[in-house]
Amino acid sequence: MEKVATNENPHYFVPTPVPWPFILLIGITLTIFGFGHWLEGYVTVIPWKLLVIVGPVIFFSIVFRWFWGVVHESERGAYNRQVDMTYRMGMGWFIFSEVCFFGAFFGALFYTHVLSIPWLGGEGAKFFTGSVLWPDFTPVWPSNGPGAVGGEFEAMAPWGLAAINTVLLVTSSFTLTWAHHALKDSSRAKCIAFMILTVALGLVFLSLQAYEYHEAYTIQNLTLHSGVYGSTFFMLTGFHGLHVTIGTIMLIVITCRLFAGHFTPERHFGFEGVAWYWHFVDVVWILLFTFVYIL
Amino acid sequence: MAEQTIHGEALEHGPQADHGHGPPKGIMRWISTTNHKDLGTLYLVFSCLMFIIGGIFSLVVRAELMEPGLQFLDPSTYNEFMTMHALVMIFGAIMPGFVGLANWMVPMEVGASDLALPRVNNWGFWLLPFAFVLLFSGFFMPGGAPQFGWTMYPPMVLQMGAAFPFMIFAVHLMGISSITGAINVAVTILNMRAPGMTLMKMPIFAWSWLITAYLLIVTMPVLAGAVTMLLTDKYFGTSFFDATGGGDPILYEHVFWFFGHPEVYIMILPAFGIISTIIPTFARKPLFGYESMVYALACIGFLSMIVWAHHMFADGLPLPAELFFMFSTMLISVPTGVKIFNWVATMWRGSMTYETPMLFSIAFVVLFSIGGFSGLMMAMAPVDFQYHNTYFIVAHFHYVLVPGAAFSIIAAVYYWLPKWTGVMYNEKLGKLHFWLSLVFINVIFFPQHFLGLAGMIRRTADYPVQFADWNMVSSIGAFAFFASQFIFFYILIRCLWFRKGMVKATDRVWDGAYGLEWVVPSPAPYHSFHEPPGEYVDAESPWVLDVDHGPMAARG
Repeated sequence: MEKVATNENPHYFVPTPVPWPFILLIGITLTIFGFGHWLEGYVTVIPWKLLVIVGPVIFFSIVFRWFWGVVHESERGAYNRQVDMTYRMGMGWFIFSEVCFFGAFFGALFYTHVLSIPWLGGEGAKFFTGSVLWPDFTPVWPSNGPGAVGGEFEAMAPWGLAAINTVLLVTSSFTLTWAHHALKDSSRAKCIAFMILTVALGLVFLSLQAYEYHEAYTIQNLTLHSGVYGSTFFMLTGFHGLHVTIGTIMLIVITCRLFAGHFTPERHFGFEGVAWYWHFVDVVWILLFTFVYIL
Repeated sequence: MAEQTIHGEALEHGPQADHGHGPPKGIMRWISTTNHKDLGTLYLVFSCLMFIIGGIFSLVVRAELMEPGLQFLDPSTYNEFMTMHALVMIFGAIMPGFVGLANWMVPMEVGASDLALPRVNNWGFWLLPFAFVLLFSGFFMPGGAPQFGWTMYPPMVLQMGAAFPFMIFAVHLMGISSITGAINVAVTILNMRAPGMTLMKMPIFAWSWLITAYLLIVTMPVLAGAVTMLLTDKYFGTSFFDATGGGDPILYEHVFWFFGHPEVYIMILPAFGIISTIIPTFARKPLFGYESMVYALACIGFLSMIVWAHHMFADGLPLPAELFFMFSTMLISVPTGVKIFNWVATMWRGSMTYETPMLFSIAFVVLFSIGGFSGLMMAMAPVDFQYHNTYFIVAHFHYVLVPGAAFSIIAAVYYWLPKWTGVMYNEKLGKLHFWLSLVFINVIFFPQHFLGLAGMIRRTADYPVQFADWNMVSSIGAFAFFASQFIFFYILIRCLWFRKGMVKATDRVWDGAYGLEWVVPSPAPYHSFHEPPGEYVDAESPWVLDVDHGPMAARG
């Protein structure tokens, strides 16, 4: 591996033909057929139930197999510097697309918070919307709309669990960076220790998030049904939570690879890519904390 | 493509040397391929198939509209065909067509052996057939296929039948396909150019695809977000698009068109790249104003992201918003004008010949400009209140999509077909195909301007008798246009499978052509370059060396 790292390979890396993407799609399509019929209320029909199990099993096995192959190619030294740069750029663009995905939901949050709720209350040129259609509606954020959809609820307080979670996630970004520095200094044991700490912080974050959701549903009557506040709150924090989950799994994989002796102080893009992803998740959380919880 | 095009060469790939012995045979070759040419072929074949299916849908629509009254379909079935025509043509025909061309040509043009992420490329292609299986499955479900227009506006779309989740997930899969394709092309262009090829020496088609890739990566996730909100609104009780809960159906339009407007540039920027490649070849002059072309592309790419609400002028937006989106929309005509003038200037005093690709390109410049002008008319908010939701808009976007995007794909196929297959197509038939297409495309869509200005609304199966004449003309044009495409299919089939007696193509094919794709043999070998073709890129000259005639400057 070091040989490749120091020796510029003028040739291209051309992978073998692989059936994985196709099989992956079979898994995805089966999942969708099952899930779609479940949404439409056909869940009692046995085959659809089965698909929701079989599809994801195929999906996750192939994802595992695919990454397994890539990791082994990397460890065999099959990747030259150009491939390394390809992965860097690919990961960068991928994270950028994820940012845009969150952008759609933040857009929905800003629109409802700043525009549609005041409009429904009769702001500006929308005077008659308020006075004729919804005379009793007071447009204050957080709101579940003029129909009080989902009933009375208590909004999420920023300075409780959410603040603790912010500290946890920001700390985890630091511990991850310390792990990275340890890896670059060839102190593997220290690196692994910091990685375990990072994973632990991620897991605690997720548990607190789950606890917060539980509180919201049982005590605060804050659910997905609670008008736009509930919708934007759960969709934004939910998708973020999903990304933290994926990130934590990725961190665990990297930790296992460190145990297995993968990565060198010079070449460890697998590590860095996951670190980028984790920092991205962290930044999204800070935006969430600001715009969903505080404002 | 036929087996003859494949040279199973034993190449050296460093640690991967054992994989250079050509592709596996049979169906597994296509399922498991990681080769950009194979995948480009798959994309193009898929796109061709979808053009036919989408074309048949449009013929169903035009048959119903041939006369006033309901002849063949009930209104909701009409709406299904109208909606599916749009979804198939946009996501199945035009976009995969351009991605297929990028797959084939971008690695060759920048001097790479393949796209940057070949396995992801395979996944990106195969997502599409699966997505369309999901989409078409709606025809066989209670409630039928999607029928509320490709824009999927709530609250109408939330009343859809059992096909709803499958439409949403199909859109998700198409989005993932576009994102993977875009990342692949962007990384290939940024990372794998031949030594010495700086960004400003890059072929203009690669430039147009770099901007397109950027737009895809920005907007496709937003579409995914928009349809996810539809899904949760229908099944999980959220209120994004429901005013009772504090949401707003207009919010969907904003999120959708933040994707939707860059999407129309996604469907036209690669076309600009193709036309900017073909016109210099047949005018035998370098592209006029290469740098300004690049800046114009970037400028259009940027502006496309701040004009979305011009699709919503009739919604009752606040006045400042109407003004902002009106002026930003009109601004786009500036960089677009730069491009049109540069194409004309490239042709000015050139040694022009009129082979089929050039004919399609010239038709593109003229007819796309007509579509652009009607677009400029609609950019003005006050008059758009009149045009909105009429056949005028139908005429407008078909002028930019059919003689625009689709003609450019056809032109590109004629232009590069000899390079792909190794044989020259039949020029006489190609010209016949062109003239028939040119005449009938105008027979279909020009009368729709009159219909729209007279007040005929779109997306209806029936209309008042006063619109009968021009609708009849338009329908006749549609059937004739579809029929004339069979010439094209015949030409393709001859070049792909029945090559007996056909003229073999030279490596350079067109004597005005320049760029790295003309350095490799015709048909192009399975792996274009064994090592980075730096020797063809001159550090002094602003362009790739012309293989036969010495350096050829890009900027006169």
